[in-house]
Amino acid sequence: MLTDSHEDIAPVPFSYWKAFVTFFKIGFFTIGGGAVMIPIIERDVVDRLHWLTREEFLDLMVVSQSAPGVFAANFAIAIGYKLAGKKGSLACALGTVLPSILIILAIALFFQQFRGNRVVENVFRGIRPAVAALIMGPIFKLSKSAGITWKTVWIPIVAVLLISLLGISPVWVIAAGIAGGICRYFVEKKKGGAE
Amino acid sequence: MIFLQLFLTFFKIGLFGFGGGYAMLSLIQDEVVVKHLWMSSSQFTDIVAISQMTPGPIGINAATYVGYTAVVNSGMSPAWGVAGSLLATGSQLLPSFILMFVISKFLMKYREHPSVKAVFSVLRPLIIGLLASAALLLMNKENFGSPRESLIPFIYSVVTFVFAFFAINKWKMNPIYVLVICGAAGGLFYGFFPT
Repeated sequence: MLTDSHEDIAPVPFSYWKAFVTFFKIGFFTIGGGAVMIPIIERDVVDRLHWLTREEFLDLMVVSQSAPGVFAANFAIAIGYKLAGKKGSLACALGTVLPSILIILAIALFFQQFRGNRVVENVFRGIRPAVAALIMGPIFKLSKSAGITWKTVWIPIVAVLLISLLGISPVWVIAAGIAGGICRYFVEKKKGGAE
Repeated sequence: MIFLQLFLTFFKIGLFGFGGGYAMLSLIQDEVVVKHLWMSSSQFTDIVAISQMTPGPIGINAATYVGYTAVVNSGMSPAWGVAGSLLATGSQLLPSFILMFVISKFLMKYREHPSVKAVFSVLRPLIIGLLASAALLLMNKENFGSPRESLIPFIYSVVTFVFAFFAINKWKMNPIYVLVICGAAGGLFYGFFPT
């Protein structure tokens, strides 16, 4: 009762600076990316600042997940846009990506000096095979949530063959997938209309 | 002109990058390693490892690091590399801004529409194929060594891969710890067995 009745609590006044700082902190302290950020964004934007209701938050999350691009950035842009238009979206997006840019550039400039260092090279030789395993991780998680059935299992298989064997760009494969989805809609619509 | 190519490449990646950071890595890899030859496969693999281990969304981290590395590899100074990283990240975000401004209301309204559902019913399984082909592309001679050239490092790489696979997917260990363990083990192993 106490925690969930946030509607009657006055929201903290919006400011671009506060939006920027909030998303900067989120970007700075979350290792592992988008999915890890969701509960932290929720706590800050919904529970602490009361800028969005939980329903608005969930709606924006769904839109950000279905749009192409980096989820966390999409989400920040969507929230910022909802709160304060284009400038708001810029403040939130900058806050989200700036920690990444600063940290990665610091590492890149630092790493530059250790190029060819034996120990560093040995460490990364040890890591490289693990990265292939890392990329395979979401395949199994997503296979469940994507609802792969015997009817749809050919789609990922054909995608792998097109990309890995024939060397077709994943961009074209995605474009073909979108076109295929639209075709499927019209075919099903025709079928439904004929019955 | 590498900066124009960076802009076009990362704009395309942002526009077609459905399915989140890991799926985007397959687009980045195809454009950057296979098509433009901006860096070697092992350099890209190192970038993926670092992007995972540092704070922030993996898609943003990777774009920043790839932009820097591509420019520095082309022979320009690290200062131009910084410009390259900002350009790559900005170009990758641009489609997200445009889409969120233009279609967020549309998507919100029509996300239950059969046509949108049909497109995603194809895209969701397709993205799994994208992830699989990205993982396959990383399982190469550069990252694993070759059994003909030197057997022991190759076997060590396969053992690392299997360990990381089970640690991340079966034992649900934090991927960052897994990469750190594999790096430390690799440093020791290749320190004692110089090849």
